[in-house]
Amino acid sequence: MSLYNVQKLLYQLNRDPLVRSQYEHSFDTLLAGYELTAEELRAIREPDIGLLYVMGVNGQLLMHYAALRGYEWDAYLEAMRAGERRYGPVRTGLYVRAKDPT
Amino acid sequence: MSLVFAGVCSHAPGITGRAERADPKLRDAFYANLERMRLALEATRPDALIVIGAEHFANFFMNNMPSLCVGMADHYEGPIEDEAWLKIRRTRVPGARDLSRRLITRVMQQADLAYAEEWKFDHGIMVPLHFLTPRYDLPVIPVNINCQGPPLIPLVRCWTFGRALREACDAAPERIAVIATGGISHWPATPDSGRINEAWDRAFLDKFLANRRAELLAYSDEVTHREAGQGGFEIRTFIALAGCTEGSRMQLWFYAPIPIFAVGCTVAVAELAPLT
Repeated sequence: MSLYNVQKLLYQLNRDPLVRSQYEHSFDTLLAGYELTAEELRAIREPDIGLLYVMGVNGQLLMHYAALRGYEWDAYLEAMRAGERRYGPVRTGLYVRAKDPT
Repeated sequence: MSLVFAGVCSHAPGITGRAERADPKLRDAFYANLERMRLALEATRPDALIVIGAEHFANFFMNNMPSLCVGMADHYEGPIEDEAWLKIRRTRVPGARDLSRRLITRVMQQADLAYAEEWKFDHGIMVPLHFLTPRYDLPVIPVNINCQGPPLIPLVRCWTFGRALREACDAAPERIAVIATGGISHWPATPDSGRINEAWDRAFLDKFLANRRAELLAYSDEVTHREAGQGGFEIRTFIALAGCTEGSRMQLWFYAPIPIFAVGCTVAVAELAPLT
């Protein structure tokens, strides 16, 4: 359920100018509106793009958050790779590596 | 009147956003075929353009995710993304509320779908419009297929939707064009971005171009995910278009993997025949 809240925050941040404004003026107040774990809060605040990826955040949400936080395209891709090296494979969602049927 | 034009093209954000990083020969050949598509579309004098896209969390989230949704507004706005990131200026795009309502009402007789009177276009629609209607003067009717948040709509229902949409278009007095836009194999927005399974793409395109229904509907999400990435789920947009053009062949005008665009870039246009 918590990953759901992380993704909902990023979804609303990406599309809603009022949420974006709250992010710019009072990020902590915005974050307080979502039920998030300490690990999730840290990953969002820093941001730790690699950890967010490993948590299972969808890239269609994450790439825009990374851009908002100043990541150029190549840096965004590298941050996800670094996240896999540091935290291990993606935990849940679409990006869990498909197993070879053999 | 009837459906007057049908085609498919790619929509990846890198097509505009990272244009300067692509192989110029491939990029320019791709752009030239998008321009050729624009001219062919304009030559059919459409009153409206339906864009069957794969939305990417611009409008819908997992709190209320429609499998299929059709826009029904007077106008739309896009892109939702940062203009500098996508390199497309934010603009207002005209809609066709009355036509949308009539199409939705008719399609609902055969296929279950949602409608939306508000819609913000993301790159999935804005990149095609940037090339195909660069003056943003052709009314657009957006269609979204959920290709992101499983459980996903079965392929057969995409076909059924497409066929029902064709029947609705053929019953309307307007001249209507339709494009589908999605990736084939790709791993967008992940560390594997740029990976493209060309052999898989070409096998899919062979079936798609020949409108071979049974073979198109035989794909499973499990195999698609393994061999074509999560982006491969967007074949739903192609299959909806194949249902819409049942009995017609498609002409492939362009296909080439362009890794910095993160997709096998595709342009194909139907030789439209009456529904079989």
